Amino acid sequence: MSEWKSRFRALAGHRLFWPVVVLAVMLLANTVYRPGFLAVQMRDGHLYGSLVDILRLSAPLILVALGMTLVISTGGIDLSVGSVCAISGAVACLYISKQPDQDSLGAMFTALAMALGLALVLGAWNGVLVAVIGIQPIIATLILMVAGRGLAQLITEGQIITINADPYRAIGLGHFLTLPLAIFIALGAALLIAAITRRSALGMIIESVGGNAEASRLAGIRSGRITFLVYVVSAACAAVAGFMITANVSSADGNTAGLWIELDAILAVVIGGTSLAGGRFFLSGTILGALIIQTLTTSVYAMSISPQTALLFKAVVVIAVCLINAPAFRAKLVRRKPGLPPADVSGDQRKERVPA
Amino acid sequence: MKSTRKFGPVVAALAAVLLTGGLAACGNSDTGGGSGTADDGKIVLGFSQVGAESGWRTANTTSVKDAAAEAGIELKFDDAQQKQENQIKAIRNYIQQKVDVIAFSPVVESGWDTVLKEAKDAGIPVILTDRAVDSADKSLYKTFLGSDFVKEGKLSGEWLVENKKSATAEVNIVELQGTTGSAPANDRKKGFAEAIAANPKLKIIASQSGDFTRAGGKQVMEQFLNSNPKIDVLFAHNDDMGLGALEAITAAGKVPGKDITIITIDAVKDGMKALADGKFNFIAECSPLLGPQLMDLAKKVHAGEEVPARIETEETTFTQEQAKEALPTRKY
Repeated sequence: MSEWKSRFRALAGHRLFWPVVVLAVMLLANTVYRPGFLAVQMRDGHLYGSLVDILRLSAPLILVALGMTLVISTGGIDLSVGSVCAISGAVACLYISKQPDQDSLGAMFTALAMALGLALVLGAWNGVLVAVIGIQPIIATLILMVAGRGLAQLITEGQIITINADPYRAIGLGHFLTLPLAIFIALGAALLIAAITRRSALGMIIESVGGNAEASRLAGIRSGRITFLVYVVSAACAAVAGFMITANVSSADGNTAGLWIELDAILAVVIGGTSLAGGRFFLSGTILGALIIQTLTTSVYAMSISPQTALLFKAVVVIAVCLINAPAFRAKLVRRKPGLPPADVSGDQRKERVPA
Repeated sequence: MKSTRKFGPVVAALAAVLLTGGLAACGNSDTGGGSGTADDGKIVLGFSQVGAESGWRTANTTSVKDAAAEAGIELKFDDAQQKQENQIKAIRNYIQQKVDVIAFSPVVESGWDTVLKEAKDAGIPVILTDRAVDSADKSLYKTFLGSDFVKEGKLSGEWLVENKKSATAEVNIVELQGTTGSAPANDRKKGFAEAIAANPKLKIIASQSGDFTRAGGKQVMEQFLNSNPKIDVLFAHNDDMGLGALEAITAAGKVPGKDITIITIDAVKDGMKALADGKFNFIAECSPLLGPQLMDLAKKVHAGEEVPARIETEETTFTQEQAKEALPTRKY
C-alpha cells in the first residue's frame, strides 16, 4: 500500500506528470462531449480525424517553441519568430510563384534555401543585437517583430500570394507512413536539437549561460557565442514553421502568417516547465505544451464554444494549467488536508542555477 | 563614444522600421505643395486611408488614385498605418492647406467629433468612405460612402433560400465568421440569419470565427467536418476563409461546390477563380473600387449640391456562370 503511494508520489513528482494529466483531461472532455472525437479513420491511404489534425496543426508551434526553449533557457526571449515565419513563407512562396513550373523540386529547394538563408541572417541580426551590442532581448527582438511584419508585407506587396505547387504543399499537407509529414519534420527537428544539446555538453552550457552568464564566462564558456547561436537556431526553426504555415493553405499572407505565434510559443515553453528566468530547459515539456495549446484551440471548435466566449474559455484553461503546474500552488492545496506533509517546493521555485 | 556605438544599430533598426512600415507614407510628401484651392480651378481632395493591411485595401487605394487622375481632381493622399492619431494629424494638415474636400476611411468608429468640428468650422465638407463614425452630430460630415455589410449577408442568404427551396430534408449550414466583434462579421451574420429565416429547413448548426484568414478558415472547417457528419452548406464571411475551407473539404474526401454548397463574400481574384472553377457556388461582392463614386461625390459637395447621407458602393453578386464572364476583366 505504502509502496504504491510512494510510487505514485514519484510519478506525480515527475515534471511531465501534470502537463500529461492536463492533456489527457482535455482529450477526455472532448470525448465526453462528442464520443467520436478520438476516432481516427483511414482515408485515401492516410489517417484522418481530430487527433491527426491536432498533431499536424501543432507542428509549426512545436518548431517555434523548440527554438524559443533554447532562447529562454539563456535568459532571453525571441519576440520576432512570428515575423520570421511570415518572411520565410513569403519569400518561398514568392519565388515559387514566379517559376514557370511550380511543381519542380529544384525550384522548391531553391526557394526553401533562399528563405532559410534570409531567416538565418535575421536570426544573426537578433543575435548581434543581444549578444554583441547587449540590448535587452525583449527590446532587440521587438524591433524585428515590428519591422519584420512590414518586410513580409513589402515582399508580398500587401497581397496574398497564392501558389499551386504540389511539392511545397507537401510540407504542410503531405503524408508519410499514413501520418502528416509536418509532424515528422517537427519530430525530426526535436530529435536533432535534443541530440545536439543532450548528447554533448552544449545543453548544459546553454543552461549555465542562462543560470549565470558572467560566471559561465569566467569558467571559460563563451557566453556571447552561445547567446548568438540560440537566436540563429530560433530563427531557423521559425523559418521551417513558416514553410508549414504557408504550405498548409498554399498561400503566403504577410499580414497574418504566424501572427502571435511567439506568444503561444512562450506559453508552450512555460507549460513545459522551463523558467522564463532562464536556466534548465525541457524540450519534451515544450512539445507537450504545444500539443496542449493546439488541443485547446481545437476543443473550442469541436465543442462549438461561441467565438465571443472562446477567448475567456482559453484564458481560464491556461490559468488552470499554469496553476496546476506550479509546485507552490499544489503544495498549498495539499497542505490544507491534514495528515499530508507539505511538498518540498524550495528547489522548484527558485531560478535553477547551474554551478558555474 | 560608447553610447554612440550602442545606439547606432538602434537608429538603423528604427530606420528599417520606418522604411518597411512606412513606404506607403511617402505619399505624405505631396501634401506639402501648393495652397488648397489651386489657381487652375482644380478641386483638391485630401484623402486619408486606413493603411495597406490587405489586398482589398490596396485595390481600394489604387481605385481612389486612378479615379482622381481620371476625374482631374488633385489628390493629396495619406496612409494612416492603422493609427487614429495619424489620421487626425492628416485631416488637420488638410484643413490648414485649405483643401476643397476631405475624405477618409476612419480607422476606428469613435473620437472624431473634435477634428470633424474643426473641418466644419473651416467650411470644408467631409466624406466618409468604407467605414462609418459614431458621431451623434450627423452634420459633421456630408455623406458616408461604403458597402452595406448587412445587405451582403442578406443577398447571400436570399440566394441560398432560392437555391434550396425544393429541399425536403433539413439543410445543415456551417458559418465561418470574420474577426469577432468587427462590423463586417456582425452585420454579415445578421443579414444572412434574417434572410434564411424565410425557410425553417435552413439551419445553422455551427458558427465559429476564422478571423478572416485562410489558415483560420481551414482549421475551423476541419473541426466542423469532424464534428458534423452532414454539412450541406458553408457560408464564409469572406473569400479567404472560404478558400482555406476548400482545402479542408477536399482533404475530408468531399467535393466542394457539389457535396457542400459554398457561399462567400468579397469577390477577390482567388475567390472569383474558385467560383469560375465550380468550387464556390455564390459570391456577394464587397467592392473596394469606390474611387469613381467618391470623385463624383467630391465634385457634387464642392459645388454645394445636396447628397444623400448614406450612399452604398455599387456592388453586385456572382454565380458560377457570371464569374466565368467577369473574371478576365477583374481588376483585383
